[in-house]
Amino acid sequence: MSETGARRMRRGGLSLPLGAALAALLIGAAALSLVWTPYPPAALDIPHKLAEPSLAHWLGSDSLGRDILSEILAGARVSILVGVIAVAIGLGLGVALGLLAAARGGLLDQAIMKLSDFAFAFPALLWAILLTSTYGPGVVNAIAAIGVANAPIFARLTRATAKGALASDYVLAARAAGRGSLAIIFDHVLPNIAPALIVQATIQFAIAILAEAALSYLGLGAQPPLVSWGRMLADAQNWMYMAPRLAIFPGLAVALSVFGLNLLGDGLRDALDPKLRARR
Amino acid sequence: MLGYALQRFLVLAATLAVASFVVFGVIEILPGNAAETILGASATPETVAALAHKLGLDQPFALRYWHWASGALSGDLGLSYAYGSPIGPLIAERLAVSAPLAAMAMAIAATLALLGGVYAAGQRGKTGDVAVMAASQVGLAIPNFWLALVLVLIFAVHWRLAPAGGFPGWSAGIGPCLAALILPAIALGVVQAAVLARVTRSALVETLNEDFIRTARAKGLSRGATLWRHALPNAMTPILTIMGLRFADLLAGAIVVENVFVLPGLGRLIVQSIGNRDALVVEDCVMLIAVTVIAINFLVDLACAAIDPRLRTRET
Repeated sequence: MSETGARRMRRGGLSLPLGAALAALLIGAAALSLVWTPYPPAALDIPHKLAEPSLAHWLGSDSLGRDILSEILAGARVSILVGVIAVAIGLGLGVALGLLAAARGGLLDQAIMKLSDFAFAFPALLWAILLTSTYGPGVVNAIAAIGVANAPIFARLTRATAKGALASDYVLAARAAGRGSLAIIFDHVLPNIAPALIVQATIQFAIAILAEAALSYLGLGAQPPLVSWGRMLADAQNWMYMAPRLAIFPGLAVALSVFGLNLLGDGLRDALDPKLRARR
Repeated sequence: MLGYALQRFLVLAATLAVASFVVFGVIEILPGNAAETILGASATPETVAALAHKLGLDQPFALRYWHWASGALSGDLGLSYAYGSPIGPLIAERLAVSAPLAAMAMAIAATLALLGGVYAAGQRGKTGDVAVMAASQVGLAIPNFWLALVLVLIFAVHWRLAPAGGFPGWSAGIGPCLAALILPAIALGVVQAAVLARVTRSALVETLNEDFIRTARAKGLSRGATLWRHALPNAMTPILTIMGLRFADLLAGAIVVENVFVLPGLGRLIVQSIGNRDALVVEDCVMLIAVTVIAINFLVDLACAAIDPRLRTRET
């Protein structure tokens, strides 16, 4: 009845390299844009606006003559920046709260879990909207909002996995050997829950990229002169009838990045953590 | 069941209280205030202080929270700074667009997810399963507002089958209004369906290993009938729970998609109000979204308990 091991290996085996390749492409694009882009990404060239794709402009140019390929390369930087910092904020807050809940238990545990239950009613976009309504739009507010929205997800995961680790025989053995709580957490619990956290971090990275694109599309995220895929899509919408292709490339960039990171997460889950795989 | 409902209701009330505190507090505990944002960086401290006084920002936090929360409970959501009119009717007008949009999107998502998920579970491990799961992986990666733009390109710009945006108003009749809402609803629904199809499949796959499924098959029921009549009802609790949780995401997505289609809904009001620096309108709208999400999850809890009596006793 159950899936055969071979099939699972094959599927997991395909997700990992494909996901890793797409993620490498995203990071490569961002790294390349730091040293080289075909044109300066923010350089206006009105005489050559809305150019069709050609040898001079591989993906064409936008309504102000900016080179689309250069903008896409530079846009990868903002996506990665937002993804990395937002996931780091989520991990920092979430792991700390989750460990606290798992180690202390009791009322504190219940309070932290109730709080994270409740946080599901507030996706990253709503946090960002709340923040920007008072402090104005910007990439810093976007990062803070997405990071805060990530925290409860990591808190739940940390608590669930750390509870298992804390109840294990090797932790009991470490305790019997006289190790302190902090030492046990760093030497025994964290290494054991790390695979699950890495998988989740990959997936939250993808979600952060989606959220940043949406915020920037609304004008609440990255502001000029920062180039962001979401802002490119907002610009493109004004030219839907004259140059529909403007709306294609930035969207593809977002979708491919998210697709790659999700696959990478799935592949890592299969590779790193046999227990998670069995549960799926 | 009544005891369980009452207990869930108390949790609902407590959650709403926390939510209101968060929505109001997140803006208050951080530095800066609405008066500074409205007037911009060039304003003198005196003008900021004067406006802060006019908006009541110089009153203590607890007092302002009390005014806001007690007003909201009695239906008074305050005055919009930009429109100069009460916020309640403003939001009600926008809900006439946003509520049907969300309902249509959820209906599309649920239909697609159940069909795809049940099919994939039935074909577990075969090509059909892999195809549905691959399609859902693609659906997960597509930003809903980009899908919205692509739908506009295909159906409005290329084929001219549907309007590219705008809303005729319900006085124009149901037909044109549904036509204006269908593309946004698809853009929102398809992306949610991708998530829910995966949940449906895995909940079903788990149920299909149960003994009662083997009994149903053994007494001669067809595979299809077993799936739809025996497996699906038993797998429904996790599916409904995730649907409820995803509703928050759907409403947040609607904020963006409404802006793609220039629909005069809640999402457009929110973005316009941010542009107008009308913080109270934003606060009220976000609170309304949170209330909707929390209320829907309350209903989902009750529905799950009605479907599965075991949940009524297990819950703390």
